[in-house]
Amino acid sequence: MEVTDAAIRILAGLLEARTGQQLAISRRWRIETALKSLMRERGFDSLDQLLGDIVSGREPALSDAVVDALLNNETYFYRDRQPFELLMIGAFTALQKARAREKRLSIWCAGCSTGQEAYSIAMTIADEKERWDGWTVDIVATDVSRGAIAQARNGLYSQFEVQRGLPVVQMIRHFAAEGEGQWRLNEAIRGKVRFKTQSLMDAPPAPGRFDVILCRNVLLYFHAAARSAVFDRLSQAIAHDGYLMLGAGETVIGQSDAFVSSTEFRGIYSPTSRRTTVPASSAA
Amino acid sequence: MKNCLVVDDSKVIRKVARHILETLNFNVNEAEDGREALTRCEEQMPDVVLLDWNMPVMSGMEFLRTLRQQTIERQPKVVFCTTENDTAHIRAAIEAGADEYVMKPFDRETLESKLQIVGVA
Repeated sequence: MEVTDAAIRILAGLLEARTGQQLAISRRWRIETALKSLMRERGFDSLDQLLGDIVSGREPALSDAVVDALLNNETYFYRDRQPFELLMIGAFTALQKARAREKRLSIWCAGCSTGQEAYSIAMTIADEKERWDGWTVDIVATDVSRGAIAQARNGLYSQFEVQRGLPVVQMIRHFAAEGEGQWRLNEAIRGKVRFKTQSLMDAPPAPGRFDVILCRNVLLYFHAAARSAVFDRLSQAIAHDGYLMLGAGETVIGQSDAFVSSTEFRGIYSPTSRRTTVPASSAA
Repeated sequence: MKNCLVVDDSKVIRKVARHILETLNFNVNEAEDGREALTRCEEQMPDVVLLDWNMPVMSGMEFLRTLRQQTIERQPKVVFCTTENDTAHIRAAIEAGADEYVMKPFDRETLESKLQIVGVA
């Protein structure tokens, strides 16, 4: 399948308009692989034929499917184990102290892909019964890919997916085999995460004020201006003493003034407003 | 450099595992059944054993039980790597002292993540 510059321009424009993400040069080689099964399923003989249908707008759902296919949904359970533990042990402990009265936390996994990150948090909390006794932890997970969100809601993972990063003890505690190498997360954990199809360019989901936001390995696909706009949006959605966690290779330094490196937890970020805003509870 | 003993009666699996493990900076030894694996352990106790279940002469489970009964200064981590992909086998392996479990077929990412979980990668 020949992928011409004109085709790349159309696909890049579609992807950016729908998701804010760029079709970086490093991802262009994936176009052929990414679209091959979609073209076969829908009976397109050539990429030009597919693009013709997209441009004509004859089938709006086709654009969604193409965008879904172009997105990189790579993720796994407990991705980057050390920073994840720092979040669960360090940052969550600090927040539990700060929220000891209301015993309520809100977490947003922004760009959650197929749900492994959100479910990793939900499983950890479920496994630490004593620590979280009496707490309400609201986990919201969003992604622009309808396909990814559908899989996340189903909680159905292949043998490869379920093994990546997930300790086997947790796997047999929370998953059941469904045959043909598929494993389904149990209802108790699935019910702890609210999934929503949503772009990072949209307004934050309810409740709109989060104690922890995870936005990992997504913003690297955005151009600088869009990335900065997303950081601004995230800063408006985070509690003044909340924490932002990015992917292992990502940073806010030089990208945005909305967040600064946490003084307590390496690799985790705090909203800049934390340094300038006096919380209502301590002002009294 | 950590040592990994790959125990599998399939030469192909041993070769694939060796290739992945060497890219992960492991020094790799091989055994084709549980009894040979015990001999290899006597010669040099590995940091981690990648262990098949069904093998002639001595199965992975017999090897594991024998290994865990030994009084040695430092027990190696044991990661089962098998086609026995049901929860009953997984539970039995954990009860016998396995640290992790890889269901075949596996890929590099799966193996690497399991070795990270047991703290050797």
